[in-house]
Amino acid sequence: MPETNSKATVGATGAPVDYASFPDQRGRFGDYGGRYVAETLMGPIEELTAAYEKYRNDPGFIEEFESDLRDYVGRPTALYHAKRLSEAYGAEIWLKREDLNHTGAHKINNALGQALLAKRMGKTRIIAETGAGQHGVATATVAARLGIECVVYMGADDIQRQAPNVFRMRLLGAKVVPVDSGTRTLKDALNEAMRDWVTNVDDTFYIIGTVAGPHPYPMMVRDFQSVIGREARAQMLEKTGELPDQVVACVGGGSNAIGIFHAFLADESVELHGSEAGGDGVETGRHAAPLTAGRPGVLHGNRTYLMEDDNGQIIGTHSISAGLDYPGVGPEHSWLKDIGRVQYAAITDDEAMAAFHEVMRCEGIIPAIESAHAVAHARLLAEERGGQRILVNLSGRGDKDINTVAKLEGIEL
Amino acid sequence: MSETTKQSASRLAPLFERLKGENRAALIPYITAGDPDARTTVELMHAMVGGGADAIEIGVPFSDPMADGPVIQAAHERALKSGLGLRGVIDLVAEFRQRDAETPVILMGYQNPIEAMGVSAFVDKAASAGVDGVLTVDLPPEEADELVAAMGERGMDPIFLLAPTTSAGRTREVASKGSGFVYYVSLKGVTGAANLDTDALAAQLEDIRGACALPVGVGFGIRDAETAGQVGQVADAVIVGSAIVRLIHEQATAAGGVNAQVLETVRGFLAELRSALETART
Repeated sequence: MPETNSKATVGATGAPVDYASFPDQRGRFGDYGGRYVAETLMGPIEELTAAYEKYRNDPGFIEEFESDLRDYVGRPTALYHAKRLSEAYGAEIWLKREDLNHTGAHKINNALGQALLAKRMGKTRIIAETGAGQHGVATATVAARLGIECVVYMGADDIQRQAPNVFRMRLLGAKVVPVDSGTRTLKDALNEAMRDWVTNVDDTFYIIGTVAGPHPYPMMVRDFQSVIGREARAQMLEKTGELPDQVVACVGGGSNAIGIFHAFLADESVELHGSEAGGDGVETGRHAAPLTAGRPGVLHGNRTYLMEDDNGQIIGTHSISAGLDYPGVGPEHSWLKDIGRVQYAAITDDEAMAAFHEVMRCEGIIPAIESAHAVAHARLLAEERGGQRILVNLSGRGDKDINTVAKLEGIEL
Repeated sequence: MSETTKQSASRLAPLFERLKGENRAALIPYITAGDPDARTTVELMHAMVGGGADAIEIGVPFSDPMADGPVIQAAHERALKSGLGLRGVIDLVAEFRQRDAETPVILMGYQNPIEAMGVSAFVDKAASAGVDGVLTVDLPPEEADELVAAMGERGMDPIFLLAPTTSAGRTREVASKGSGFVYYVSLKGVTGAANLDTDALAAQLEDIRGACALPVGVGFGIRDAETAGQVGQVADAVIVGSAIVRLIHEQATAAGGVNAQVLETVRGFLAELRSALETART
């Protein structure tokens, strides 16, 4: 992959940080990341690491990925000055329009990259986990295009609240398997996909949808998503002649946030803000904000901030947005929090829903409820500072969410 | 930690030494602590020893047992309903030790409960309770230095997994960091998966022994006396998990809990397995 724009700079500790040198060989971002998996998965993970190392700098692979991003996904996505929203919020708001990607979210950048890698590795079957269904749809899409069998694991509760995406995946020829264990949401879908992978390692490629999981996934997914920030940074400079004062993105597992942050890590003047799902409010315990209110632990193959109880059991999360409803977060975010390069805050369901409506009424854009968390966060920053130039990653479109919104308003569609 | 809480070294090495003399594989059953309830876990442990278990593996309930199949996943979920955590499981081992000072006990679980408790607090408490070994499913040797060092100080055995996909180089690393025995996952897949090819297994064990001097226990896919006997011909230990967990669940559900008859059924199943191992190599 093309190098990210992360040269040596000064971190919060005062020591120089070369962001491009992370993770290390063991997949570590400081204390986070690593490979916490059963021995049965170490062989497949080593095979994947070797393949990715081989292709990430291979001109043929890069050319195929970039031409597919252009002609199939529709990149580069627009950078849009949201003038009426800016007026309403009292800041200069720019939206990176990842909602305009094919399939309606940033997820396809990564699904495409990994699917092309699967093809080069000779794998004939693709599996994925999904929460909101956006990653599942993106994976089913690229699998259909490549003519590869596709199985998507999805929590039974998520299947209920994201019915349109389930149908979309089935239309694309994917098999959607409901997961009834645990909390019946994204984390359990991930467990089940891991179990499938360990059973079918010979022919199967597991496309993880976010910057979590055992090394090399957090690095690989970041590399495929970092196109977002490279484009946005160049577009900001082109349109305004300057960098933004702040970049804001929502964080569930954190792939759209890492994707847009990475190109700005070395730009010391640019503040980076991650918006976690505050649910009913962090003080209620009903939320999905591990960086704000959790502590470090080990889940899904990596060490990272988690929501857990005193016994180390992962606890149920709550967010109005299925895509943010996850008790962990990508390990690079945990590291960026600890070194102080990125600030994370929890945005409540109510704040996100208010922003959802504001974006629709002011700009004629339906944001995904996930992305509405980032918009709400930008509003809070604008209220705090006023007048600044804020770049928001509008990571996906909200057509999938209209049933949820209707239900909130007591309307039957 | 005070000197008085220190225990002598693990009971596992002497067990395997003795069984070598008897020319028989060790029988190691697995149950999930707290399934169906914490109160009867210790009774089940004694019943299994009564039936002929040489060591016992106790599963520590975890909310996300990624490497386990449906049978043991369900056992974890049942156990979690009682609120049993890692500290509670160690207390159960201490209770077991009041009546059994001989049988090695191995904790099998996932890393997060250990991290949440703190590695050194965990090792101290487990050693004091009489735990002999710990198998942390999602902790490969690369990530295990802290736990291995802490356990070494207290004479406990870190037990690692080997898989059909493990390279010879990794097998040597496992052999250098682990002790007690190594646990060979004989099948690709999760716990409780299907068929077992014993001829292939014999060849795989030969490869492992070329790189690892520790006794080799084999788990995954052993469901009855017949398969136990086949594996017992070539392995140093035979580990039976899902079959026992399923039996206990079915019996306890039918009886409305673990009563004397359920304990007797479990004891009887262990006796069948043990008997198959007694004759496996003759």
